[in-house]
Amino acid sequence: MNAPIALAELTAAPMNWERGTSRIPFAVYNDPALHTLELQRFFYEKHWCYVGLEAEIPKPGDYKRTEIGERSVILVRALDGAIHVVENACAHRGVAFCRARHGNAQAFVCPYHQWNYALDGRLRGVPMRHGVKRDGVVQGGMPADFNFAEHGLTRLKVAVRGGVVFASFDHDVEPFEDFVGPEVLRYFDRLFDGRKLNILGYNRQRIPGNWKLMQENIKDPYHPGLLHTWFVTFGLWRADNRAQMVMDARHRHAAMISTRGNAGAVTEVSRVSSFKQTMALHDPRFLDIVPEPWWNGPTAVMTTLFPSVILQQQVNSVSTRQIVPDGHGHFDFVWTHFGFEDDTPEMTQRRLRQANLFGPAGFVSADDGEVIEFSQESFEAKPGHRTLVELGGDEVADTDHMVTETLIRGMYRYWREVMAR
Amino acid sequence: MSAAIGFEDWQALVQLYADYAHVVDAGLWEQWPEFFIEDCVYRVQPRENHERGFPLATLSFESKGMLKDRAYGIRETLFHDPYYQRHVVGLPRLLGEADGRFDVEANYAVFRTKLSQLSTVYNVGRSLDVVVRTAEGLKFARREFIYDSEMIPNSMIYPL
Ligand code: FES
Ligand SMILES: [Fe+2]
Repeated sequence: MNAPIALAELTAAPMNWERGTSRIPFAVYNDPALHTLELQRFFYEKHWCYVGLEAEIPKPGDYKRTEIGERSVILVRALDGAIHVVENACAHRGVAFCRARHGNAQAFVCPYHQWNYALDGRLRGVPMRHGVKRDGVVQGGMPADFNFAEHGLTRLKVAVRGGVVFASFDHDVEPFEDFVGPEVLRYFDRLFDGRKLNILGYNRQRIPGNWKLMQENIKDPYHPGLLHTWFVTFGLWRADNRAQMVMDARHRHAAMISTRGNAGAVTEVSRVSSFKQTMALHDPRFLDIVPEPWWNGPTAVMTTLFPSVILQQQVNSVSTRQIVPDGHGHFDFVWTHFGFEDDTPEMTQRRLRQANLFGPAGFVSADDGEVIEFSQESFEAKPGHRTLVELGGDEVADTDHMVTETLIRGMYRYWREVMAR
Repeated sequence: MSAAIGFEDWQALVQLYADYAHVVDAGLWEQWPEFFIEDCVYRVQPRENHERGFPLATLSFESKGMLKDRAYGIRETLFHDPYYQRHVVGLPRLLGEADGRFDVEANYAVFRTKLSQLSTVYNVGRSLDVVVRTAEGLKFARREFIYDSEMIPNSMIYPL
């Protein structure tokens, strides 16, 4: 396992926190050394990270290459059907041997010297291990005490719940259910209730901003009714909707729960420039919303599982959004849209149509990436400054409304505990 | 295999592609839906989804009305950094022709230039198109941009 990085090694600018975590230093977003420490503390130890959906690897031998933090890993279903996650780094000299993004294999073979591994990561074969005989003399080979068991691929701990696969490099990580906590697990289970999932496809975008900004974006119920015209105009998400903000006990994860109301209505919250009372769609099928029994009320639940994933239910559109950092100033955002095994063809069509609201070109989501980029620009330019997240005060607590930035304050309270900064 | 068509049809086809690129590069969003018939399909899809048979597309419109809604969105509802886009489109490759319907494929590269920034390669791929004869000349019944680019650089606001 990797040795923790000593704080003394950090060259980070001094970090001043004021009023709890309601003023976030710009420095948390733009320091490479801090970023390295974050990768270690959030992505490589003590946390479960999202790697994919069981439905992506339905058959024995199916695999998918993905990332945890900045490390390449492979999610694979072994020949006996068991799910494993192994690091994509050859135990010999480190080659990231798996190049395909998905496929089906009987074994993993590194091209460099053809070490081969079972799908669960165990080393099975080392060419010329016993040397090569010439003129009756054995030349070379691995030492006699070379132990296959010590030289497999790095195997990660795996948790599967409701068809979603999480993994951890840290074998001492707490159980997944404890990690998420009962408050947020409820909403996880609401979406992933055991029905088989049906993959609809992927969207991938690279956002030039610090990865935490995406977590913040989905812990920020303040912006959707302001930035996103479609949300406020069609009542999908606006500040006067019935809502709840829920966190786990450590405030790292959250669920924003909202119930649609007031489409088109002129009230306090519609006196914003993004509200367009007269806006009508030429093709209303974009918003052909049909309530589903499993919703149990809320029309949108956005769940953030720290640090690696966002779970989306926005009316009939459901997806996972994986956060893959790449340095302190960029991350890849990978959307996997899905449906359920019992969806009718009409429901599948509806989910696909509503997907036009989300993703890198979405009527709603495209501008989230834009504002994240613009935030990062300021952070880089002015590292001594800080943001302000004081909507709803400076405390951290669940609320039954969305006029608050409490979830962001909660996330940074947790961040400070873990980073000791 | 490419089908043989007359020079007039060929010229009209090449003109259609050139005019289309002009309109989406000049930001004439109200004119953009007019390249399509009412009952049209417009999609921008990652190559990955296309080849694996996944139906999800980055943009997926099924009527001229949806294109008009996108045009309105660009002007009125989507907040975004302004940018120029520039299409370089290869000659259309005719895959088939029958009863006034042309199946066409064309390579494309789109460059993006943001204000005060360098120009970058934004999106590359090919389009798979169905062009039909109408009273107002050739129009698209289907345009599907299948992009090789593995990542959308942050966002896609304007139609390809
Ligand atoms: S580096 Fe993989 S076999 Fe040598
Ligand atoms: Fe948003």
